[in-house]
Amino acid sequence: MEGRFNWAGVIDFLPQLGTGLYYTLLISIVGLLIGFILGGIFGLGRVSKNKIVYGLASVYIEVIRGTPVLVQAIWIFFALPLITGYNMDSVTSGIVVIALNSGAYIAEIVRGSVQSIEKGQMEAGRSLGLNHLQTMRHIIWPQAFKRMIPPLGNQFIISIKDTSLLSVILVPELMFQGRLIASNYFNAVEIYTTVAVFYLAITLTLSFVLRIIERRLDIK
Amino acid sequence: MIKVKDLHKNFGENEVLKGIDCHIQPSEVVCVIGPSGSGKSTFLRCLNMLETITSGDVVVDGQNLTDSQTDINSVRTEIGMVFQQFNLFPHKNVIENIMLAPKKVRKLTDQAARDRAMKLLEKVGLSEKAEQYPGQLSGGQQQRVAIARALAMEPKMMLFDEPTSALDPELVGEVLEVMKQLAHEGMTMVVVTHEMGFAREVGDRVLFMDNGLIVEEGNPDQLFNNPQSERTKGFLNKIL
Repeated sequence: MEGRFNWAGVIDFLPQLGTGLYYTLLISIVGLLIGFILGGIFGLGRVSKNKIVYGLASVYIEVIRGTPVLVQAIWIFFALPLITGYNMDSVTSGIVVIALNSGAYIAEIVRGSVQSIEKGQMEAGRSLGLNHLQTMRHIIWPQAFKRMIPPLGNQFIISIKDTSLLSVILVPELMFQGRLIASNYFNAVEIYTTVAVFYLAITLTLSFVLRIIERRLDIK
Repeated sequence: MIKVKDLHKNFGENEVLKGIDCHIQPSEVVCVIGPSGSGKSTFLRCLNMLETITSGDVVVDGQNLTDSQTDINSVRTEIGMVFQQFNLFPHKNVIENIMLAPKKVRKLTDQAARDRAMKLLEKVGLSEKAEQYPGQLSGGQQQRVAIARALAMEPKMMLFDEPTSALDPELVGEVLEVMKQLAHEGMTMVVVTHEMGFAREVGDRVLFMDNGLIVEEGNPDQLFNNPQSERTKGFLNKIL
């Protein structure tokens, strides 16, 4: 095995992989932040008694969940501009894809968590004279949020990994950089291994942070 | 204080309340008894609109609940409710549970709400539990906190929905004691209960419900010792 793979040579490509890492993180963070807001809105839409709100939220969730991320990415980057006449750069498109995609799944997480709170909690709040919104905000949401954290962590990890698919719409993220390097320097083993380790480092860090948050929010 | 006229409540095809008429006077303690499925909890929950009313009128403190102009939130501030399952907020400690509604609804300052909460905790004998979380308390303690929480809104009347049914037998007494004290202070109370001893001792009037109707009502002495209806007799025979 000696000398067959040039692991030390990976160091030369670290700056380029670093650029990729930057875009991966940028798209993940901004995309998931927007996704979380979308998920909150549409998740509450799914528990709404208003039929129109419920219907809109359901259509969004079903369309996104029912189509592959890869198709969504390609559609938004290549097809959408033909419809709207407005070109989005690849990074913006990437953020839109991650936001829309994670938003649909997070909406279902939000719905499930809110619905998992015992009915008596809402009744107790309302019987004290709090209105629906106050009860949601002070009683239901804080309890639901705590239950959301494990599935949210799961979704964050999935979405971070999904950003690697954005290489097909030319987002200069980690996987894109890896492919670029490997096809020029024929060091697939070293580079793709390094890329995998980078992803693992991100997701493990996230898992760690989530576990701390979960412990902080733990009710005695 | 509470006037109920020809109250009907359906759950889908199922008619749970089949025309309830009832007047409750200020400071009166009314106990509602009856077999399970008789509609007594549903009746109670209609009094603060936790259940929508299918037809009929419920007038609480001069406000008709079925009138779409009525602000149900403001009516509810005058009606305290205590649930079988306590329904304390598990993410808030005892004093926060009590302070929440006075602060958010009555717009009390933090200090005023805290003072009021401490006074009530003293009243229910749980001053030393102020900083604990509901999960750390026994069922009886939780229910006493729930009573304090309802009282913190300074309601004009209190509804109790089987307040001791979820408690271990040895914890029932402490909750009934608090309720007894409230009754003596002149609180208007409607209590759905299986505690016949409480109904007999504290109740000014007892309603016996069966199959969605008030079958018989009267003062406890009369209803327990000399029931008129066969159904009341049958029920009392089974449980006493």
